[in-house]
Amino acid sequence: MTTATDTPAPETAAGRPLPRLPWNKHLVAIAVLAVLLVPLPLILPSAQASVAVRVLIFALMSIGWNMMSGFGGMFSFGHAAYFGIGAYASAWLLVEHRVSPWFGMVAGMVLAAAFAALIGFLALRYKLRGAYFALATFAFAEMLRLWATNSDFVNRAVGYHVPLRPDSSWWWIQFEPSSPNYFWIALGLTVAALVISVQFVRSRVGQFTKAARDDEDAAAAVGIPVMRYKLQTMALSAAITSVAGAFYVQYFLFIDPDLAFGSSVSIQAILPAVIGGVATIWGPVIGAVVMGPLNDVTATVLRNPPPALEFLQGRSGLDVIVYGTLLIIIVLLLPKGIYGTIRQRWSRR
Amino acid sequence: MTSPTDQGHAAGGGGVATLDPDEVRPTPARTVPWLRIAVIAALVVLAVVLAYVRSGSGVVVVQAMATGVLIGGVYGLIAMGLTLIFGVLDIVNFAHGSFLALALFLTFGLTQAGLHPYLALAVSVPAMFVLGLLVQRGILAGAMGKPLENQLLITLGISLIIENALLLFFGGNPRSVALPGDRGVPIFEAVANLSRILAFLGALVLAGLLYLLLQRTRLGTAIRAVAANDTGAQLVGIDTRVIYAVTFALGTACAGAAGTLVAPLVTIEPTTGSLFNIVAFVVVVLGGMGNVVGALVGGLVIGLAEQLGGIYLPGQSPLLSVFIVFVLVLFLRPQGLFGRSA
Repeated sequence: MTTATDTPAPETAAGRPLPRLPWNKHLVAIAVLAVLLVPLPLILPSAQASVAVRVLIFALMSIGWNMMSGFGGMFSFGHAAYFGIGAYASAWLLVEHRVSPWFGMVAGMVLAAAFAALIGFLALRYKLRGAYFALATFAFAEMLRLWATNSDFVNRAVGYHVPLRPDSSWWWIQFEPSSPNYFWIALGLTVAALVISVQFVRSRVGQFTKAARDDEDAAAAVGIPVMRYKLQTMALSAAITSVAGAFYVQYFLFIDPDLAFGSSVSIQAILPAVIGGVATIWGPVIGAVVMGPLNDVTATVLRNPPPALEFLQGRSGLDVIVYGTLLIIIVLLLPKGIYGTIRQRWSRR
Repeated sequence: MTSPTDQGHAAGGGGVATLDPDEVRPTPARTVPWLRIAVIAALVVLAVVLAYVRSGSGVVVVQAMATGVLIGGVYGLIAMGLTLIFGVLDIVNFAHGSFLALALFLTFGLTQAGLHPYLALAVSVPAMFVLGLLVQRGILAGAMGKPLENQLLITLGISLIIENALLLFFGGNPRSVALPGDRGVPIFEAVANLSRILAFLGALVLAGLLYLLLQRTRLGTAIRAVAANDTGAQLVGIDTRVIYAVTFALGTACAGAAGTLVAPLVTIEPTTGSLFNIVAFVVVVLGGMGNVVGALVGGLVIGLAEQLGGIYLPGQSPLLSVFIVFVLVLFLRPQGLFGRSA
């Protein structure tokens, strides 16, 4: 996984004067893509439409991760903490206090951002770096999981079921299972996250955070308040990933400590970005498009296995094996990810 | 493979800042840090006294201590393998626990075939050693000298593959290995299973052997040389590629041995290994990354912390107290109990 430091990235490189235009080509691409994708759930059969929603959830989680760990260079192995906070804040408010999940989502964002800033402050204050930083983020996510599993406050290991409503409702984000509205909401959230990440990279916070990633001492020496910008980056990153958690609860109608805070959730936030390309705008999206359908493909294979694999019928685990293999291959052969490699080839010509 | 000169610390090209040089002290200190040991002992005594005050029962505390120390020895063995790999290869090995899980299932299979659980060591240790060699040469060698996250992600991928391959082939049902003649053995007022005591003793013996290997043999000297300075080691004619592979294999063999030793104690599931992996990370940081003796001491401390934590925080998972200790150590003494302070 190499970040964009050593490749000139013409549209984002810190060394060049930034075009101070209200739009850039990423924003145009996002707008075009969004418009093209709107009719998708009306065309796709409902099974594929749910895959598309899953792709968007993956993308949203990973856009958040990418902001902190890609652009910010602070490798998080605990984004499950923020995903879980988003999911639990929204589920708790909805189930216990009848608060609309839209407000739950905002509450989750605020909580996740605050928690990230707290962890970040401690980690930066005590100068945790590299492996230590990754392990600390991992530890905080695991602590939340253990706490949630054993606390009556959030229903212990049982977690929360979203109460079903007789009618469809935008206010309560609840529709028929096959409704295209879920896709549109997820699309809207993902597009918003993409726009935010483009603006982030163009912003002062983003530029200074990248400068600090590439050379912290130099950045501090020219007067950049490194700590403040890093914390802002972490908070923003956590808030985006928490939205994915809140939406996840509304879509799957269920959350428990493992689904929210498990280490596999952290991995799901990392993988799309690594597969697509770390520290690129489009990497997480492309990685999510690759990862999302894998689940369905392997499930189909295991439901009707070819004769040689007959004994595996009905077993699970194949999808994660494919993820793991893909991860190793990508890191070894395409350390810049799919999009990062293509972009590099493109700019070399 | 990039030249080993820029391996590890200098290679944070992706923005991970370099580790402080004094965070990595793979060679055990020549002098015995008596003051540190005294402070740690005092803290342990304090923790025990607090546990006694909290629970009000001597038997509970003695039981917790016996269980904690016994499992702590095994944690120590697992962590020795992990810390060795970190010290020499600069790899944060997320696959360590999955190697342990693999050894658990191997032991399960061998005992199903009629072998005594401890004789399975003769198979699991060499098997894990060879697997470690293959994994290092086949996969990790290609990423030596790359940024830390690359290796982290690769070992993560390996652990995902192993864990889910076990799930795929064996299913999620928990299994167990019974030790013939296992029984409760009284220790003071407490009771410990014979299997637990034997696992502890076995772990200590293997840890001692590993220590002797590192300190008294040519191979061990070479490993320590590479850990201290790989360029220097290369200049005096050590083939670092061989040392990397052998060290990784030794670390993996530790996980394999520990897997067989704890097989009678745990429920054998594909995810069992990841629990041990988490604990081993804590122990490694506590003992100082790369410090083999520190890992053993850290193992005992964490074993105690886990059990005593169950007394402090009743109703919470014992792992929670392990993480609390972990975070405190990360923030307050990231160089570990025996590392030199910054």
